[in-house]
Amino acid sequence: MAQTNKKETPLTWDVFTTGLWKENPVFVMMLGLCPVLAVTNTVENSLGMGAATLFVLVCSNALVSALRNFIPKQVRITTYIVIIATFVTLVDYIIQAISLDLYNKLGAFIQLIVVNCLILGRAEAYASKNSFGKSVISATGMGLGFALALVMLGSVRELLGSGQLLGIRIFSENFEPWIVMILPPGGFIVLGCWLLLINYVHQRKTESLINQDAAASHCSVPQQH
Amino acid sequence: MSQQAETPKQPSSSSLILTLAVVAMLSGLLVVLIYEFTKPIIAENQRIATEKAIFKVLPAAESRLTFQLQDGKLIAADDKSGGELLYAGYDSNKQLVGLALNAAAQGYQDTVKLLYGYTPENGCITGFDVLKSTETPGFGTQISSNAEFLANFKCLEAKVKQTLDGLANVIKTVRNGTKQHAWEIDAISGSTITSNAVGRMLNQSGQRLHPVIAKHLPMLQQAAEQPPTQ
Amino acid sequence: MNPESLGFIFLSAFLINNFVLAMFLGLCPFVGVSAKRDTAFNMSLATTFVMFVSSVCAYGVNSILTHFELEFLRLISYIAIIASAVQLVEMILKKFSPTLFRALGIFLPLITTNCAILGVALFQTARGYDFFQSVAFSLGAGAGFGLAIMLMAGLREKLELSKLPNITQAAALSMMLAGILSMTFMGFAGLGGTA
Repeated sequence: MAQTNKKETPLTWDVFTTGLWKENPVFVMMLGLCPVLAVTNTVENSLGMGAATLFVLVCSNALVSALRNFIPKQVRITTYIVIIATFVTLVDYIIQAISLDLYNKLGAFIQLIVVNCLILGRAEAYASKNSFGKSVISATGMGLGFALALVMLGSVRELLGSGQLLGIRIFSENFEPWIVMILPPGGFIVLGCWLLLINYVHQRKTESLINQDAAASHCSVPQQH
Repeated sequence: MSQQAETPKQPSSSSLILTLAVVAMLSGLLVVLIYEFTKPIIAENQRIATEKAIFKVLPAAESRLTFQLQDGKLIAADDKSGGELLYAGYDSNKQLVGLALNAAAQGYQDTVKLLYGYTPENGCITGFDVLKSTETPGFGTQISSNAEFLANFKCLEAKVKQTLDGLANVIKTVRNGTKQHAWEIDAISGSTITSNAVGRMLNQSGQRLHPVIAKHLPMLQQAAEQPPTQ
Repeated sequence: MNPESLGFIFLSAFLINNFVLAMFLGLCPFVGVSAKRDTAFNMSLATTFVMFVSSVCAYGVNSILTHFELEFLRLISYIAIIASAVQLVEMILKKFSPTLFRALGIFLPLITTNCAILGVALFQTARGYDFFQSVAFSLGAGAGFGLAIMLMAGLREKLELSKLPNITQAAALSMMLAGILSMTFMGFAGLGGTA
């Protein structure tokens, strides 16, 4: 235990928020895109998928973190995959038990959570090196960030594609739905638009920071002389 | 302890295998536990979903029996048995009101699957429920919402030939507004391909299943009163 | 066309329900390895090959699991199969065709976490394909993956030379392009519906 504790930074709020937004798995790291695009045609599906991924991410990272000192390095990837596949199988049956309807809508994409690079990536990069509590909190942040991205996509697509949100009509009957939004191309285009928007905001921020710096140095020049 | 961590020694193969075995056992245990726990709930959910579809296409039915098609014969079965299943619906007096049958064909995007109601007495197809479809929303999905299209299924004729080897008339989809016979389906303009798929799958299923039903009609009619022993 | 026929299954996986552009499977390599045409070509070859091998293996294992009513172990076994299939392919290539191994080498480990491979195995089980249908399906999926990634690579090579606004850097533009490609692929949708 001693050697792992030595490396650790103290547990801060940052551990949680990093995954939520700063390093959002979808918008920043571009991980796990298959479910992001495939099931986000309605908010309901996005929520279901987000919750399932969150569950698998938190449980598998918790177990990986708890077992991190017992797993030999040579077989770690195999072990992680077995652990992840176990939890995905669990989620698969649990969703079937809760709502067959949701299960039919998500289809094979629940089982495809296994190959979501986000989960294996976090297990390898974070949970295998950090304490149980931190891993769980970080995984929760990441999972929520992933779910947030799904819902952001899902709400735009559902709103424009069928004029409703969570099945509640928002636009009036006269609204002609943009059917392309709930079709596959809509997924790519909406994600592309979100990325453009995020890039734009990011750029504005850096530009204003540079301008501030420039202004500050400009002002300070005469004082130095 | 911290010195050891810098240069980890090579673990033996047996310890690697042991770790993998322990992890595999742990995961197997978890999976089996949840599987056993959720199995009855899932089976119940599936039964509810099937019955909902059956009672939707056979509104007069109050109970139902499941039959399996095997080598041209109908035998009593339950929902879990594989193969081709037919559902017979009965009203409160245990009289046969109709059968719910599966049909499938390639639509616009992917296979469309239906469960449709069939009344053997007058040879009518009386409605359907879409079980699976990935058709374009707003176009192909109209098959379950377009009032004009659904009007085709008040009584779509699917009578069996006298010789009991097929349908008397081929069910087919015709261009919107050109329906002339009771066995023709008026297509939805704008979603012709999906409408065609509905016609094709009903014809295929009818040609194959309706004669079998006609042959077994007395057995089906009495089945609810004295459940056949298997 | 009969939806069960081998030709149609191939065509459906290849064009109508293209694995990348309509089913969103295998997006990571689609975005990651589509910068150059020759790497894209090698990647799609490797992927198709692994798809074929793992589809055949998955078919075998699924029939064993179904026979013993152990369906709940399906997912775990499939993952194990794919991982070992990738390793096997790597070893065989290394031994018999070092040239091909050098070309594909770095992509092979990546393929394990390519959801298109597991997707082939899962979809063929869900649809109840028999052996030959599974083979046709896996080849169609591989060809579809190759086609999509090659088209994308061609587009991106052209874009290298054009002047683009700053905000379209990284993946945003790839997503837009994929959206347009996906829209063109929707034109294939009616292929199987007539007849």
